[in-house]
Amino acid sequence: MTDAEDAAALAELLADSPTTAEHLLPILQRVQQRFGFVSPMAIRQVASAFNLSRAEVYGVVSFYGDLREAPVGEHVVQLCMAEACQAMGCRTLARHAEAALGVALGASTPDGRVHLEAAFCFGNCALGPTIRIGDRIHGAVSTSRFDALIAALPSRT
Amino acid sequence: MTVRIYVPNDTGARSVGADEVAHAIEAQLRIHAPDVTVVRNGSRGAYWLEPLVEIDTADGRVGFANISPEQALSLVEGGLMPTASHPLSIGLLDSLPWLRDQERLMFRRAGIIDPLSLADYRTHGGLTGLERALTLPPQEIVSEIKTSGLRGRGGAAFPAGIKWQTVRDAVADQKYIVCNADEGDSGTFADRLLMDADPFQLIEGMAIAAIAVGATCGYIYLRSEYPHTIQIIERALVLARDAGILGASVMGSAHRFDITLRIGGGSYICGEETALLESLEGKRGVVRAKPPLPALAGLFGKPTVVNNVLTLAATTAILARGGAHYASLGVERSTGTMPFQLSGNIRRGGLVEVPFGITLTELVDGFGGGTASTRPVKAIQVGGPLGAYLPAAHWHTPLTYEAFAAVGAMLGHGGVVVFDDTVDMGEQAEFAMAFCAHESCGKCTPCRIGSTRGVEVIRRLRRGESSKKNWQLLDELCETMELGSLCALGGLTPMPVRSIMTHFAGDLLSSAPSEAPIEVSV
Repeated sequence: MTDAEDAAALAELLADSPTTAEHLLPILQRVQQRFGFVSPMAIRQVASAFNLSRAEVYGVVSFYGDLREAPVGEHVVQLCMAEACQAMGCRTLARHAEAALGVALGASTPDGRVHLEAAFCFGNCALGPTIRIGDRIHGAVSTSRFDALIAALPSRT
Repeated sequence: MTVRIYVPNDTGARSVGADEVAHAIEAQLRIHAPDVTVVRNGSRGAYWLEPLVEIDTADGRVGFANISPEQALSLVEGGLMPTASHPLSIGLLDSLPWLRDQERLMFRRAGIIDPLSLADYRTHGGLTGLERALTLPPQEIVSEIKTSGLRGRGGAAFPAGIKWQTVRDAVADQKYIVCNADEGDSGTFADRLLMDADPFQLIEGMAIAAIAVGATCGYIYLRSEYPHTIQIIERALVLARDAGILGASVMGSAHRFDITLRIGGGSYICGEETALLESLEGKRGVVRAKPPLPALAGLFGKPTVVNNVLTLAATTAILARGGAHYASLGVERSTGTMPFQLSGNIRRGGLVEVPFGITLTELVDGFGGGTASTRPVKAIQVGGPLGAYLPAAHWHTPLTYEAFAAVGAMLGHGGVVVFDDTVDMGEQAEFAMAFCAHESCGKCTPCRIGSTRGVEVIRRLRRGESSKKNWQLLDELCETMELGSLCALGGLTPMPVRSIMTHFAGDLLSSAPSEAPIEVSV
């Protein structure tokens, strides 16, 4: 998309939102959902609409882990690295995932297909290790099940 | 009788294939038995049995556990319903000791009903608490909660009735009910299960709170890590509005109350009530200094009840059955029931709601059946990432707020995470500090800097460097964090660390990490 198209899409999102301070996080979440990250341009436009400084908006963006400042791989794969999953071997699963995809936690594969990262708890603690791919939660993920889930990811169209 | 087949539409059940099982059954029935209904119930919380398919019989509901899509097909092949004598059957659910031996109040409907059917909710006792509340003067609602002895289930265990009284007595043009559904503690999933299985109970509880304190606006702050739950709550709110439970006239009364759903941003600290309020106001989730209490100056500076999902849910049964009945359960000042969540390395994991006073041994060996790996249990972490790791010597301590405080531990939100003997407790101590460093809001120095220094000191100890000096340094650092932090994150991170220093010192001193630690920075 061109900058102009992005700006128009942003303006459309902003037009649908109240611009009082309490709606800042929800609008940034919608920007994240729409574009996959919150760009400097988005920060500028949101700040202007909310009558806030860019620093104030950036402060919110940088605080929340869900809000990204740069685009990442197409499929976000999150591994739960918290205690209940640790007890079921999530550290081993993470090492396997890093080796299988050739990237460390927090990075995207060079072909841009998968972004691998740590997360803390999906509330599926009796069925660990748990991972999240997009909006799907998968429990009892062995290394072979992990490989199967990754292999089944649709390729970029 | 219309035959119904139940397949849970629950985050946990779906994580191990419940949707695929439901689709397989639906496809088979569409051809062979179109009069049979597939109900997507919630989970009973017996996660070791999921996907758990249930079928109506004359004697009650019969269960079929750990069903794969292929097995689901064979279960209903040709449209014939399997019976309790089927090889995959686990018999009548009501006779299953794991469920029968619980005393379910908050989770009495979980897995039984269709979570999004208000008719089911009513049939199974829903809305009776709110109906009774509407007949009482608001002060009597607050008094009923006080009589019950209910304490906040989020972890801090503050008496709910006193909090409600404070908000009720405050004079303001606007008051708020905020439900803390930011269930970030690892090893806990009771809020999530309740919202997946019985969302109207939370809505009813919030309406009761609103009427009691005189609030017209409510918020549910739900974490983004629960995508399926978000959909269920969104739908439940629409249904509750359509049915007149929320809106300008709550169940036809003179009370106005509505609820807005807000989604978290992936930050653990936003489960701390003042950080949550900042987040709801659209800001960074940085904790506030107390006082003022949120009960007096909370959301947008107005008097606000901030309660956990389970606390609000519990009020429905308290109003329906009376505070005295609730207070008759439990031990001393730990009244009522607690949904303990058995997780980690455990054979029969899931949610066990029982009165306070049960022991870890009864929970982990009795209900849980020991470890999933069949190896011996080495440590049990109770109360989330800020809770203590307990060795065998403490597994007979009754699970009450008071008894746990006496042994340097806490119940928190009721998470019970089991580790077998392969765990390296030095690694767990290091993780406790690393997690705090990752999630610190940065406002106070003991938490922000202390956690990073904590990771470094523990790494030095694990490498065997100047053990005596570093041990003393870690001890002092823990004390600084405990006494100097603004909120429970920095204040309680030392709890798991100290429990390892006390009970598993050998692991901390001698464990030479063989591999580089996994960096979790995002």
